[in-house]
Amino acid sequence: MSIKLQNVSKSFGEVTAVTRVSFSVEEGELLALLGPSGGGKTTVLRMIAGLETPTEGDVFIRGNRVNDLSVQKRNIGFVFQNYALFKNMSVFKNIAFGLTIKKWRTSEIQTRVLELMELFGLDGLEKRYPHQLSGGQRQRVAIARALAPKPTVLLLDEPFGAVDARIRQDLREWLVRLHHDLKVTTIFVTHDQEEAMEVSNRIVIFSRGHLEQIGTPREVYEQPANEFVARFIGVMNVLELEVLRGIARFGELEFPAPEIADGLKVRIGFRPYAVQVSGDPDEFRYRATLRHTFFLGIMLRLELELPSGLTLRARMTKEEYAQRGLEDGVHVSFQIRNYKVLSGGKSQLHHESGAQTEPPPAIAEGI
Amino acid sequence: MHSSKQPTNVLPGFNLAMGVTIFCLSTVVLLPIACLLLKAMELSWHDFWRLVTADRALAAYKLTFGASLVAALANAFFGALLAWVLVRYEFPGRRFIDALVDFPFALPTAVAGLTLAHMFADQGWLGRYLSPLGIKGAYTPLGVIIALTFVGLPFAVRTLQPILETIDTDVEEAAASLGAGRMRTFWSVILPTLAPTILTGFALAFARAIGEYGSIVFISGNMPFKTEIAPFLIVTRLEEYDYLGAVAIATVLLFFSLILLALINLLEGWASRFHS
Amino acid sequence: MPVKTSTHFGKARSASRRAVEDPAWVRFILIGLALGFATVFLLLPLVNVLVQAFSKGLKPFWGALSDPDTLSAIRLTLIAAAISVPINLVFGIAASWAISKFEFRGKSFLITLIDLPFSISPVVSGLMFILLFGAQGLFGPLLEAHDFQIIFALPGIVLATLFVTFPFIARELIPIMQAEGVEQEQAALTLGANGWQTFWHVTLPSVKWGLLYGVILCNARAMGEFGAVSVVSGNITGLTDTIPLRVEKLYNEYNGQAAFAVASLLALLALATLALKTALEMKIEHDHAQALTSPHAPAHEHQAPERQ
Repeated sequence: MSIKLQNVSKSFGEVTAVTRVSFSVEEGELLALLGPSGGGKTTVLRMIAGLETPTEGDVFIRGNRVNDLSVQKRNIGFVFQNYALFKNMSVFKNIAFGLTIKKWRTSEIQTRVLELMELFGLDGLEKRYPHQLSGGQRQRVAIARALAPKPTVLLLDEPFGAVDARIRQDLREWLVRLHHDLKVTTIFVTHDQEEAMEVSNRIVIFSRGHLEQIGTPREVYEQPANEFVARFIGVMNVLELEVLRGIARFGELEFPAPEIADGLKVRIGFRPYAVQVSGDPDEFRYRATLRHTFFLGIMLRLELELPSGLTLRARMTKEEYAQRGLEDGVHVSFQIRNYKVLSGGKSQLHHESGAQTEPPPAIAEGI
Repeated sequence: MHSSKQPTNVLPGFNLAMGVTIFCLSTVVLLPIACLLLKAMELSWHDFWRLVTADRALAAYKLTFGASLVAALANAFFGALLAWVLVRYEFPGRRFIDALVDFPFALPTAVAGLTLAHMFADQGWLGRYLSPLGIKGAYTPLGVIIALTFVGLPFAVRTLQPILETIDTDVEEAAASLGAGRMRTFWSVILPTLAPTILTGFALAFARAIGEYGSIVFISGNMPFKTEIAPFLIVTRLEEYDYLGAVAIATVLLFFSLILLALINLLEGWASRFHS
Repeated sequence: MPVKTSTHFGKARSASRRAVEDPAWVRFILIGLALGFATVFLLLPLVNVLVQAFSKGLKPFWGALSDPDTLSAIRLTLIAAAISVPINLVFGIAASWAISKFEFRGKSFLITLIDLPFSISPVVSGLMFILLFGAQGLFGPLLEAHDFQIIFALPGIVLATLFVTFPFIARELIPIMQAEGVEQEQAALTLGANGWQTFWHVTLPSVKWGLLYGVILCNARAMGEFGAVSVVSGNITGLTDTIPLRVEKLYNEYNGQAAFAVASLLALLALATLALKTALEMKIEHDHAQALTSPHAPAHEHQAPERQ
């Protein structure tokens, strides 16, 4: 066990940023802390680093309680959101800083820094200053600087937030490969669910200072613990149904609810891929008009407008779309193959039901 | 979230830095001020009133505040003019004039007084032309105003200049696109936007002028009831070993300085809200 | 920064924006007025000092400067500045560290207190030290008992100088340190640096130009202070006269040329201060511009970092 948080809370004066959070990270994991801004994920990362002291609870690194250990002694590598490179130092001196502080021998520093610079594709930039680097290079220098003193854990705060959208994808893949090669336990903070799904082994989802769910990308997508997670990871159609005589309704949509008392409200959710659409208006039970088709690369997103005015989102591949003769404005029929009950406002998952279950074609596309 | 709360508690050195700060502040600034106030309290209210409202003292305040007011007004006007010209126009020597604006700030006040007195004296570079016209710049209240205008100028210009540089010319273009002439744009768009900052510059120049001593000693002639400023009266009292007399007038000056400081803080807050 | 497209006399600096351009006659009058005012109030006083200093030739100029009393005034001024500027440096660094890197209650009140000396008349500040340490002062008897003189001696001059220059360095550093934020310092901490190492290797280098700027202004004021020093020094010729006091004394002795000769030293100090200040401003602006645009940033920005 590399890192463990036990009932950790943090308040800034009146504001509670993190409320009783517990989770642990295995040696060598690549973990994402995911949530909307203000969710408390950065505070959790900073408490692991020792840049913030928990108001309550304990933080353990490799089995040792580190609450009272200063940031300098925790042997962590921290990459700041805007990298916080030392402006007055060259790339070489930036990367060497931690080693100089730890009084490594000059020759060893030289070897280590050059090794990292080669590994990170930074060769030849030793004498450059941070302002002479591109965004991607700055990020790599920041990571190299954090890794140079061989930390127990690498912590990254929104590592892809400050780079150009064009190179973000490359950097994500690079980070995965880097982690695969170095195997250092890595925790990164992001607000981008797609990024978390793509890069990490496991995801911890936060909202308003609470831990909502922890699991692999597939788990949090397929078995969201609650409505928040369901809506935050990927797209979900959510409906609030009213039960009458064993049937839950919303407009023309009806779902069997034999065991639920009349008058109760039930919330359900279903992924766009669970909506099966046909160009034949009579093939499935419900009718709708195809309002818009959004082309998202290999997948398409369809916006269906029901006669009652309700809009649902569906998803399919280009091939399916062509096979079924769909285009904007046509009348279609559809059925909902699979849905989850997210009960009455408490956003608790009661049970799972539906027709045939079919796994999503690609979980990380987030469409 | 974090960005709003500065998470600074892990940085070391706060206690040491704060300790040094408080120690220096207390010994160099607060202790002396407290001592002045303590000394002033030795005076009975009646004596204090008598000392601070003596005819000679009243004449000195009148000159100090009056000349400071005129000088600060001149600074507000010419400071705004200089700032405008330096920021908006290109002309030969612009960079040189820009650097020279700080000259009164960098020049020791004694030298300022010496050279201004000499320039405006009857035989001086300007005095020889002005004196025949009846404009006497040396050893008169006008001399006090001239010296105070000199020392206050950088405050007025440097307060306005950065604001003028960052101000968006879009609003001027918007006004023009709505059919406003240049004059109209200036009076109804530009000037109201700059007003709080010009006022701040005016207040800074005024505050500086009230305490000024060095330059005036040379140019005013320091004649009681005529060209004697309040700070000079304090020195006179001290030289007469009339400590309490000096303390009383100093307390009045200190009082006005503090009020002005508070006013300037308010003004700056207002001006910065105006431009955020 | 407006783009300079023309150096034509009186041309608006942001050319090509016709709506914000003033008519030529307006520009002409405004520039004329500004130049006239600047000439009378800025340029002439400076030129006058230098011309009057040499009005009787080089020899009397050197004579005035090499007078033993003048030399002793120069020595005293240098000593007073050499003591008070470093003390203010330590204070300025400590205060700006505490104020810009930490959050605490009463911060703006503390800044106001630091600003106080700016708004207090130098004469009043001199008087305060007389009331504290003079013969009739609060600590007067105590000092007399230990035969230690502050007023009418070097310590008094240093204290008065400290008071009037107190805010200079702190006021320069606080905005710069605030703008730098705390992330670089925190990064140093995560890499194992202690407080001193962080300050020395990270904080200090990033504020060095601003710090130098503050020191230069502080020094100019320290060497040129007149009012406060005049009150506490006692004007003992050859003993407690600083350069500005020496100027006054020569002037009062109707020795105008000598007064101007000594004053020209201070005018040169002011010019040197302005030159350094302008150079530093350009340096800071240049660094800032460099940090924003990265002229040497390589073109392969969007290339994936390849590893072997």
